[in-house]
Amino acid sequence: MSELLPALLIVLPIVGATLPLGVGLLRENVGWSIAALVLSVEAGLAAWLAAAVYGGEGAARIVHVLGGETFGRRGATENFVVGIELVADAFSGLMVLLVAGVALAVLAFARRGGPRGNAFYSGYLLLTGGLMGLFLTGDLFNLFVFLEIVGLTTYGLVASDRDAESAVAALKYLVIGTTGASLYLLGVGYLFLRTGALNMVDVSRSLAGEPEWIDGALYGDPLVLAAFGFIAVGLMTKAAIYPLHTWQPDAYAAAPDAVTVYISALVSTGGAYAFARVTWTVFTSEFFAVGQNARILELVIVLACLSVVLGSGLAAMQRRLKRLFAYSSVSQFGLIVIGVCVAVHPAGGTQATRLAVYGVVIHLLGHGLVKGGLFATVGALAHGTGARRVREYAGLAKRRPFLSGSLAVLGLAIVGVPPTIGFLGKWYLAVGALNTRLWPVIFVVFASTLLTLLYVARLLEKLYFDGPAEGAAPAAGPEPEGPGAPGGADGAVITDGAGSLSYGMIALAVSAAVLTVLLGFAGSALTDAAQPIAQAVIEAAPEVSAGG
Amino acid sequence: MTETLLFVGDLLTSQYTYLLFAILLVVGLYIVVASSNLVKKVIGLNLFQTAIFLFFISAAYVRGGQSPILPSEGAGEGLYASPLPQVLVLTAIVVGVALTAVGLALIVRIYSEYGTLDEETLREVRADE
Repeated sequence: MSELLPALLIVLPIVGATLPLGVGLLRENVGWSIAALVLSVEAGLAAWLAAAVYGGEGAARIVHVLGGETFGRRGATENFVVGIELVADAFSGLMVLLVAGVALAVLAFARRGGPRGNAFYSGYLLLTGGLMGLFLTGDLFNLFVFLEIVGLTTYGLVASDRDAESAVAALKYLVIGTTGASLYLLGVGYLFLRTGALNMVDVSRSLAGEPEWIDGALYGDPLVLAAFGFIAVGLMTKAAIYPLHTWQPDAYAAAPDAVTVYISALVSTGGAYAFARVTWTVFTSEFFAVGQNARILELVIVLACLSVVLGSGLAAMQRRLKRLFAYSSVSQFGLIVIGVCVAVHPAGGTQATRLAVYGVVIHLLGHGLVKGGLFATVGALAHGTGARRVREYAGLAKRRPFLSGSLAVLGLAIVGVPPTIGFLGKWYLAVGALNTRLWPVIFVVFASTLLTLLYVARLLEKLYFDGPAEGAAPAAGPEPEGPGAPGGADGAVITDGAGSLSYGMIALAVSAAVLTVLLGFAGSALTDAAQPIAQAVIEAAPEVSAGG
Repeated sequence: MTETLLFVGDLLTSQYTYLLFAILLVVGLYIVVASSNLVKKVIGLNLFQTAIFLFFISAAYVRGGQSPILPSEGAGEGLYASPLPQVLVLTAIVVGVALTAVGLALIVRIYSEYGTLDEETLREVRADE
């Protein structure tokens, strides 16, 4: 039964996506209820899958071949797979949990704050299905298709509140995102030309020269090196690494608040995950140990370092909160990409690889959680008080203590203050980099903490230590002063969408903050979960299977 | 010297689709980057993607090969073009059409709001607001 789970996880939201539009013909405003129902079942399935993956000894590798055994592995062709494989292993299992959890949680925000209408919820469910596919697929071309499904629905959702500014941002995102995905496709084409396979495991085996029709390992082949270049550039565009990040601040700032929460937590994470997956299990560390191949890795590291430094610097210069945290994402994904590269860099030993893999996995999860929580808090504050700029945050802590508290906790988590999950991720990344003795990288990783502090501290100072700026009273139209409702319970009074704060938003922001701290104590559980991935990267194995 | 000439000759006579692929790819990317007209940007994007389709199809082509449809009486012997890249391209075309549709829909909304398709003008209009 559990072999069916990966397919069900993808099919359920995609089929569910037709319901809000279909049922919407008969009844209005059914979108939210349908989405809540579908995503609750989805979360249940995701939990089931995680239990199946992590339940036994080590971590299981659940494989589902689409179309049944006819399309499965055949002895006649060196045991290559004919069709498309869906794979749930230690890496995708964690990510599936994150997607299912965030998708369900953001609904609490969208209930009152989000764009209305059934079409929005169709797009929302489609995006969830696309993300599930992105994390679960074991096929390089299929990964491209899911990247594009995720991309298409994201462009649609960014523009979903129908104002012109978001349309401009969405178009910019579309042009850059599609170019990135096409470059990825080109890289996959090169790999396909050289190996004749598209399945990640089969491509990896062919590159290692395992099948007898291939004459030795292909690691030195210029075509393979070019393929890595195209794939890296394509996926770094999707993960918003400098200088390919320009779509991100516009898209995050112009999108409706609920959409920003969702895409900031998951969409770039998908790009970074794909990059890690392809680098670690398709090309593997053996590819980078050959000849001068490590140079291309160092080029990527340089871009990622620039991303860390410039992302933080630009974030510190922003006036608007959503742009600020968008640039912060550029810098955090820079850190993650550094970790991905450090893990397979020949300069690092086993220990460096292990720690860097832990760092990447934990920071991917942690960043999704923290950044989603930050945008939820910022969105809730904007709905409650109308404040969208840093200077409007002066003295807000007195009026909105719970939301300000969440913002403080999540902000410190992104800086990397213990005991939060942000600290764990950065700690492992930093120690992993230390083990490689790539000194400039080590410097950047440690400096990133200070750079992050640059903008978070400024924000906290405004929130807690500045009096309300006179004359700068935010121009929020409907802002009733709910008597004795410091948490902003007054939102319940208003039925109009804009300018209202709901319990759901506050609950989302506060629970993200609480979870961030709680997971900060779950370090050993998280490293246990990432252990099979680290093992696979160390052994340069194409499959992430039961950790030994 | 002769080797280079032979290579170029080979490229022009039998491998010219790869040359076309490279030209289309670069032209498409150049339009995306250099044109300030939003519709032309989408056209450039389409060219860029078409180049990649051409690349896959060129890889699948077998000189003198039949189209990969098996006769009903069973597998026939002989040369066949590889069906897999063709299927991939078919999928990629569908994705490309969907992207073009979304892009054009966004452009329609931008035009109805700002009354321009030019990126530079758009920037000025938005800066004034």
